[in-house]
Amino acid sequence: MMLELTTEDQSMLDGEQGPAVAAAMKILIAFSNAVGAQELLDIAGAHIDGCLYHGQASLDFVERLVEGGGRVHVPTTLNVGSFDLIHPGLVKMPPSQEAPARRLMKAHLELGCQATFTCAPYQTRFRPAFGEQIAWGESNAIVFANSVIGARTNRYGDFIDLCCAMTGRAPAWGLHLSDNRRGQILFELTGSFDPTDALFVGVGLIIGQASGDRIPVISGLPQPRDEDQLKALGAAAATTGAVALFHAVGVTPEAKTLDEAFRGMAPEATIRICRADIDHALAKLSSVPDGAPLAAVSLGTPHFSHDEWMRLLPMLREVAPGRGIPIYANTGRATLARLQDEGELDDAQKFSLIPVTDTCTYVTTILERLDGVVMTNSGKWAHYAPGNIGVSVVFGDMEDCVRSAAAGHVVRSAP
Amino acid sequence: MKGLEKSVLKRVGTFQLAGEAQGSALVFSHALSFWGGIDVETGEIIDHSHPGLGQNVAGKILVMASARGSSSSSSVLAEAIRRGTAPAGILLERPDPILAVGAIVAEFLYDNSMPLVVCDISGIVSGDRIAIGLGEDAQAMVSKI
Repeated sequence: MMLELTTEDQSMLDGEQGPAVAAAMKILIAFSNAVGAQELLDIAGAHIDGCLYHGQASLDFVERLVEGGGRVHVPTTLNVGSFDLIHPGLVKMPPSQEAPARRLMKAHLELGCQATFTCAPYQTRFRPAFGEQIAWGESNAIVFANSVIGARTNRYGDFIDLCCAMTGRAPAWGLHLSDNRRGQILFELTGSFDPTDALFVGVGLIIGQASGDRIPVISGLPQPRDEDQLKALGAAAATTGAVALFHAVGVTPEAKTLDEAFRGMAPEATIRICRADIDHALAKLSSVPDGAPLAAVSLGTPHFSHDEWMRLLPMLREVAPGRGIPIYANTGRATLARLQDEGELDDAQKFSLIPVTDTCTYVTTILERLDGVVMTNSGKWAHYAPGNIGVSVVFGDMEDCVRSAAAGHVVRSAP
Repeated sequence: MKGLEKSVLKRVGTFQLAGEAQGSALVFSHALSFWGGIDVETGEIIDHSHPGLGQNVAGKILVMASARGSSSSSSVLAEAIRRGTAPAGILLERPDPILAVGAIVAEFLYDNSMPLVVCDISGIVSGDRIAIGLGEDAQAMVSKI
């Protein structure tokens, strides 16, 4: 079956709305044909993962859309870039790389994208609503939008997310369609679990590893304290695997019951998760033992929410780490501005707390020391940082991270 | 979609990106991811888990059943085409959206059309000289020369 275009789609393709839109539509159509979509559908918004500089072709593409007079057709947020535009001294980059990396971020703004530069667009005023069709890039944002909010996106990426934004259209396939959103594989938590941060990370790591291209359903998950725990679960699942949607029975909006999660069908497979499985998955994130001297702490992958700051700051004031070990916290610039307005960061320097916006500590050179051990509360950061920036990592919850910074070495209350 | 006359190896395929190319076939039974799989500066295969490790895709007709890997492969293919380190053409048995996007973007930016063809790839072995041409009704003509 060939793709059927509306009059409006055809008009875009024929260049009646300018050469940039025509190019975007041409690429979108080829992509749609390759995935077997039969039509395009309207989207309410887009999130573009195109601001990390990977090479000349990425920049050339955006520049051509700018030259062609392109403007995004729907509200469009931007993922992190290679640069912290608010704290320019923080990123250490040779000028030959800095110029194109900065230009890439700026060129997206010239297309009318919003200067969010966050991997957590669901924390901004552009958060989509339940059931809305969107075209999002960035794996943690995709799984959050689908699973926690119930908005609908496939895993979009390079070039295509921007083509969707430029046209306001996306191919009608995959997770945009109700029939493709039902659960396929069941993960049963056996035993009783407290809703600790680490539990959600551990479950995410396991379902990511074992789901393959099937949609996971989790039963027995305790009620999360807040959506940040589900953020951590999804980010971990999209790190060890390609999970774009999970259901948690009694927790996420398309899974009030087991039956609803599977749409009345039987699971293709059932996997039981016990305490030891969680401990094992988490232990693999750490490459150094307790007691190892600490070089830094990195929090906020995905970007720290306002709620997470409100948990961290009292903890810092109570434990009062004073050894000068930097505690980096990645966050969205809107969240940072709100905290500054509230006066919450006035005493940040006392604890060597370094807020990072617009980027993330594992995609670019921010950390002062790469030869030491970095502690994180993020499953995603722990997984990627050793390969990306060459550090040794130890995983622990937020409180253990703060206590370790105060002690100068890794201290953990739980594995 | 799959027309074949095995004796002379002439196939009719579908273009994901239309173009003409000739080159020596490089056939893999394992799917190759461009992202993390090839060095974009040289075209050399750098994926240690891939049997083609150390071989070079530049200027070859890359033949495999399907592609795999992250959407970043679109950028890597487009950048390889820009640098001249990409295959001369790619034959797949199953269409691949990620490679299609990379090929289309490279054509859009650099007027460089690296043919990406979906066709029957049975009987093609590494080292065969393969030509990809434009047939009637915008079909892809794949032949051994």
